[in-house]
Amino acid sequence: MSEAAEPLLSIRELRVEFATDAGPVPAVRGIDLQITAGETVALVGESGSGKSVTAMSVMRLTEGQIAAGSIHFQGRDLASVPEAELRSIRGGQIGMIFQEPMTSLNPVFTIGRQIEEVLVLHQRLSGRAARAQALELLQRVGIPAPERRLTQYPHELSGGMKQRVMLAIAIACRPRLLIADEPTTALDVTIQAQIMELLRSLQREFGMAVLLITHDLGVVAHFAERVLVMYAGKIVEQGSVRDVFKRASHPYTQALLAALPDPLKPAKRLEAIPGRVPSPSLLPRGCAFCARCAYAFEPCPDRQPPLYPVGDAHSAACFLRQP
Amino acid sequence: MSIPVDPTPEALALGASHPDAEALGLAETPAQQLWRTFRKDRLAMLGLYVLVALVIVALLGNLLTGWWVVFDPATVRLPDKLLPPLSHASSALSKDLRPPFEAYPFGTDELGRSVFARMLQGSFVSLSVGIVAVSISLGIGVTVGGLAGFYGQRKIGPFSVDTLLMRFTDVVLCFPTFFLILTVVALLPPSIYNIMIVIGITSWMSTARFVRAEFLALREQDFVTAAKALGLPEWRIIFRHMIPNALAPVLVSATINVAHAILTESALSFLGFGVRPPYATWGNILADGRSYIFDAPWLFLIPGAAILLVVLSFNLVGEGLRDALNPKLRKRAG
Amino acid sequence: MWRFLVRTIAQRLLLLLVISIVSHTVIHLAPGQPTEVDAMNPMMKAEDIARIRQSFHLDDPIYLQYLNWMKDLGTGELKSFRDGLPVVPKIWGRFLNSLPLFLCTTLIVWTASFPIGIQAALKRGSRYDRGTTFVAYTLISIPGFFLSYLLILWVVRTFHLPVIGLQTFGTEGANGAVRVMDRVWHLVIPSLMAALTGIAVLSRYVRAQMLEVLGQDYVRTARAKGLAEEHVVYGHALRNALLPFVTMFGLLLPGLISGSVIFEQIFAWPGLGLLGYESILARDFPMILTLNFMAAALTLFGILLSDILYALVDPRIRLQ
Repeated sequence: MSEAAEPLLSIRELRVEFATDAGPVPAVRGIDLQITAGETVALVGESGSGKSVTAMSVMRLTEGQIAAGSIHFQGRDLASVPEAELRSIRGGQIGMIFQEPMTSLNPVFTIGRQIEEVLVLHQRLSGRAARAQALELLQRVGIPAPERRLTQYPHELSGGMKQRVMLAIAIACRPRLLIADEPTTALDVTIQAQIMELLRSLQREFGMAVLLITHDLGVVAHFAERVLVMYAGKIVEQGSVRDVFKRASHPYTQALLAALPDPLKPAKRLEAIPGRVPSPSLLPRGCAFCARCAYAFEPCPDRQPPLYPVGDAHSAACFLRQP
Repeated sequence: MSIPVDPTPEALALGASHPDAEALGLAETPAQQLWRTFRKDRLAMLGLYVLVALVIVALLGNLLTGWWVVFDPATVRLPDKLLPPLSHASSALSKDLRPPFEAYPFGTDELGRSVFARMLQGSFVSLSVGIVAVSISLGIGVTVGGLAGFYGQRKIGPFSVDTLLMRFTDVVLCFPTFFLILTVVALLPPSIYNIMIVIGITSWMSTARFVRAEFLALREQDFVTAAKALGLPEWRIIFRHMIPNALAPVLVSATINVAHAILTESALSFLGFGVRPPYATWGNILADGRSYIFDAPWLFLIPGAAILLVVLSFNLVGEGLRDALNPKLRKRAG
Repeated sequence: MWRFLVRTIAQRLLLLLVISIVSHTVIHLAPGQPTEVDAMNPMMKAEDIARIRQSFHLDDPIYLQYLNWMKDLGTGELKSFRDGLPVVPKIWGRFLNSLPLFLCTTLIVWTASFPIGIQAALKRGSRYDRGTTFVAYTLISIPGFFLSYLLILWVVRTFHLPVIGLQTFGTEGANGAVRVMDRVWHLVIPSLMAALTGIAVLSRYVRAQMLEVLGQDYVRTARAKGLAEEHVVYGHALRNALLPFVTMFGLLLPGLISGSVIFEQIFAWPGLGLLGYESILARDFPMILTLNFMAAALTLFGILLSDILYALVDPRIRLQ
């Protein structure tokens, strides 16, 4: 557990809202999140939990408005810095890769051009130096025959290769933090493993911190050190991966883990969680999970539980854990 | 399982577009949803009001100028010629020639005919030219597009049905539409039906394309496979199941085509090939008024403004429909 | 890519043949003999009419007439009914008149539509966007000749300047600079009028394309790289949004004939459109036929050009 080091990224009480015809709708309802240098932190949740919005908000890439809270990165609050400063951080100090590699690259520019762009912008490399650097990067991310790839267009690459290119672009300027928004969701399982391994080796080599957004608990178990579980725009449990998996303390986390099929017990019924994730525009007054919770009791429908500590740097937002 | 919740006011406002609508008892049919989205577009609603008013005016106009004549468009009143709008009938007029209310709301033309009466009469004709022409084009377009989309893979000789129909569409598309209409209309005996038909048979191509695209997409969908698995005959699948779903772009296309047909008719009249007397259309009133631009501008301005208003309304309604039917443009709730 | 091109060209040529046959058939199906116009003239005797009919092969079966037409067109021998002069030089002459009008109109439309459309997309929902939207719809809905006449009315009344025709009557003797200025002036108003509808339509399309592209993932990636917003919009987004317009370029060609009938009539501009109109009035079959055919052929070449341009510009097609 890293405590003495100043956190690289510190998000406090972040609230993000989307403007709709019927008024503002909250997608993220006050979350705290810290990452220290070199750490791998996973943000886990179902679709609609607000995890992607959180990731995009770090660099103000989302259409939603940051309604409250702060995002401190290396001493600056990214939620309120001027555009020019934000732009120097994007791609330079913080890199990001997205879920859909098939559509994340510009179809009319060559691969080489798209990588060199970042190098020229942040490191002011000349054309030739940038090209050489781009070649090295392609090699580093494991793309075979990189010289050919430089002049190829995105449609000539497979999904896995495109994601490697996205990684190359994201790490080109040695960022301190890499945000990976569901990087393997759209890829085949075998490619998934390769990409995650690549991510890990890159992280070790460059000493980057990684914020990994995913809904796949298996990926979390293999690659993250700490995990935060999100539900309906709030963090419901957080702690080290070991603690959260072994001693899940929030009913939602427990249900998620119980829902995983166990290869050692093939005859066991799949345990689905009854009910549905509430829509952000129709959120209950109390705990958002209350309606689907097997343990709901008296305070749950009326008040929202804060995070209560349940172990060493391990907390859960449930009244059951109230001391 | 019911969800004990307090719906926020925003949620209630979202109403049936809400994902939990059924639980809240707020669900609605796609048609109601379409209407609700359409209603939000103020310009489109304005266009709709104008069109409704137009239909009423056209029907009333036809009634009041043809059957139970209150405003007679054919009465020639030479003493009262070329009077500006809102002028009174002169006293020199004999009793049976007097206009209702002793006034000319839109003035008179070079023969002393009431422009208001002529415009009333023309409204019905102009509107029906547009609607009949587009009905014809819809009929052809939906048939061609539907056949190409549904039976596209079947072959007749070395070519597939789809290729044949689409090449045919391409050929017709190649012709300069207006020029072709002009050619045909000029060479045929002048009649309002000819004009309707010609406009109809030269504007079906975009409808055919849309319908074909929709059918191609729909054909792959599960409900069609399910219907086939149930053993439903093909014509029934096409008519009862696929066409209602494909109607969306057709509706948009139809509205915009009516606007275009009315414009075309007025352009034809301008060139002297439009609908001939005794029918008055706004197009030929406008064309006649051309000679009097300097001396009696209302003869030109009034029909022109009327055409503009009506065509604009059709266009606004058409675009409003298109926006309402396009799911991508609807704002997501979170 | 070459196979794609060859195949496309072959298809288009076949289409051209079909179009010529269809044109010919349609015109000949229309009732109204060309010699009817002259039949009113009491000076024309029956033998004269028969002679005209024979020299223009009007009594032959329809397929022979088609072949004759094609042959005459190819050899430049095709003669107009109106005055017996060859068709092709006439068309060429009028074409040279229509060309500057067409070029000027196209220039105005394309240079004005893009900034307007792009700004509307960037400022979506703002007053600028709503304003331009409304103006665009109005322009699309106005009958072209209505607006033109209103403008003529205004210009003549306010500025007392002539706007009709190619040049002002009586300037033939003036020196070069004056004549050039005069011709340019006479060109501006009609092209402006003809351009207005074009701008309205094209700018809407530009706006729609820009909006669609701006919502794409790769635009988000470009922003995540830290690029300045202008670079994201004009470098990354626009380059993609422009793709369909390159192909539209080719489709402009047919506008030479069909787009101009009304405007040439209003401004008395002796171009191809007016030629078509006069030929229709006079039932001049060879001329009508040839013009229709040429318009369709132009469209076809336009489509072909679009296909080629598209293949050149979009790397996804180019590298198949």
